[in-house]
Amino acid sequence: MANILFLVDHDGSKVAKTPGELATFAKRAGSAIGVILANNGAGDALAAQLSGTEIDRLIVVENDEISKHGIAAAVSALAQVVAKEKPEAILVASSARGKEIAGRLALRIAGGVITDATDFRSDLSTTQSVFGGSFTVNAKVKVGTPVISIRPSSIEAGVASAAASIEKLEVSIEAKDKTVTISNSQPPVKGGRPDLTEAKIVISGGRGTNGNFAEVEAMADLIGAAVGASRAATDAGWYPHTHQVGQTGKTVSPQLYIACGISGAIQHRAGMQTSKTIVAINKDPEAPIFDLADFGVVGDLFAVLPQAREALKAKRA
Amino acid sequence: MKIAICVKQVPDSWAEKKMVNGRLDRESVDAVLNDLDEYAIEEALRIVEPLNEGKESPEHTITLISMGPERTTEAIRKGLSMGADGGVLVSDPALAGSDAVATAKVLSKVIQDGGFDLVFCGTESTDARMSVIPAMLAESLGWAQLTFAGSVKVDAGAKSVEIARMTESGVETMSAAFPCIVSVIEKINEPRYPSFKGIMAAKKKPIETKALADIGVSSGEVGTTGAWSEVLEAQPRPPRDKGVKLEDSGDGGTKLADYLLEKRLV
Repeated sequence: MANILFLVDHDGSKVAKTPGELATFAKRAGSAIGVILANNGAGDALAAQLSGTEIDRLIVVENDEISKHGIAAAVSALAQVVAKEKPEAILVASSARGKEIAGRLALRIAGGVITDATDFRSDLSTTQSVFGGSFTVNAKVKVGTPVISIRPSSIEAGVASAAASIEKLEVSIEAKDKTVTISNSQPPVKGGRPDLTEAKIVISGGRGTNGNFAEVEAMADLIGAAVGASRAATDAGWYPHTHQVGQTGKTVSPQLYIACGISGAIQHRAGMQTSKTIVAINKDPEAPIFDLADFGVVGDLFAVLPQAREALKAKRA
Repeated sequence: MKIAICVKQVPDSWAEKKMVNGRLDRESVDAVLNDLDEYAIEEALRIVEPLNEGKESPEHTITLISMGPERTTEAIRKGLSMGADGGVLVSDPALAGSDAVATAKVLSKVIQDGGFDLVFCGTESTDARMSVIPAMLAESLGWAQLTFAGSVKVDAGAKSVEIARMTESGVETMSAAFPCIVSVIEKINEPRYPSFKGIMAAKKKPIETKALADIGVSSGEVGTTGAWSEVLEAQPRPPRDKGVKLEDSGDGGTKLADYLLEKRLV
């Protein structure tokens, strides 16, 4: 049976939500083999968090040099696992790090690379949505072992009761992959809110907030949403750049997207138009965001949001 | 110190894009310098300008490198008008349809031949949005990869670079000795608008155009034939169903709440 290898994303102590999803995609084409790259002694605790997923085997690589030397060292370790396992394809989660690893690994093992897939099939072909979701493309790697990055939340992770077998693998990182030294690492500053790219609901604010995100955040907290912002809002310094949704920011595709005071220029639409349901609140009845919206309110977000919040609270009580 | 900046000409990011035969239709839209490359140009200028201050002939130079059709010189010219010193464009009919692997191959060759110490890039192009080229350049050149920099410190004397890498995984301080590939994120600076003087000066700056044969890459390694991945099918996304739009006459919030509850969205 074909072996599909995938990289388990984690922050050193906690695994991300993506490994279960990648395992479910991998199972379509063969056995799901997860690779954990960890510091010495940290592998078992990470592996333990993956019980209940569809992973068949876990390969745990423990080597402190991987987290110390950045992307090149991770690629070196992963390439050694690939050389041993000879998989049919390699999957990683689409993140800055995941995509960089994919690109370098593809060159190193002489295989083609596809990024930001939202689907992966048993014939190893993929689906991506390109140009801000205005086109859907099916693609396939035709040379070498495919290296594919898959967007988080593209599939519901399957559940399995059998535990994955765990094996350890030693790797050595060559000097050429240790040219970068990481001297300090700070985890992202997390509010209590979900991650933008993984959230089921995203509520974003734009120029219409006038710099005041309090109402947007209050609604986010009530409905468990992540907070996004248009480029106008991040350029003005009203909200952190890491929350920007759009052509030059994050691409999100949640179940529900609520755009508040955002006109909906192509720059913004490109980052959110594949959302399942879109709600828009804007004072300008001509705003292009209304062309996308399943439900639009022409009005002031500072009146509409608090009233909606009170109504939701009342109905829930 | 010799700095190269990889730039790309892309369809205007404020324009609608279309696909023809599985490829981006580049003819029907305005072509501009990739927004995100301007941050790389600005950052490199901020590094060399103080070092060149008061010098007769600048010791530290910035060269823009690009690959694309002949009209890409317009995008390069924009970067030159910001203050870069010269440009190299690899243009060849055989390059059409090149994938990331071929692009990395071509750019690496030009970088290798140019004897550069540092290469700056934006984090991605606003058309393909793969965000892999800087990492792939580091891989193919064997240079240090310092990418997604939210701040960059170059020590020209010690020939080393330190950056703060800022991504969704947090902030990492990392450093390396020359030669390095640096990509910068858009919050790093505010790119300057070219001045009138800059625009006039750019007209006289050299742009060298090379064909594939000039850089020793064969046409079979690039373009659609040399690509390691292929598009099987491309479909425009079906238009969204027309939704409900209502005027807020005092109960817009309540109606919004009703909609969300009725559709079980919250």
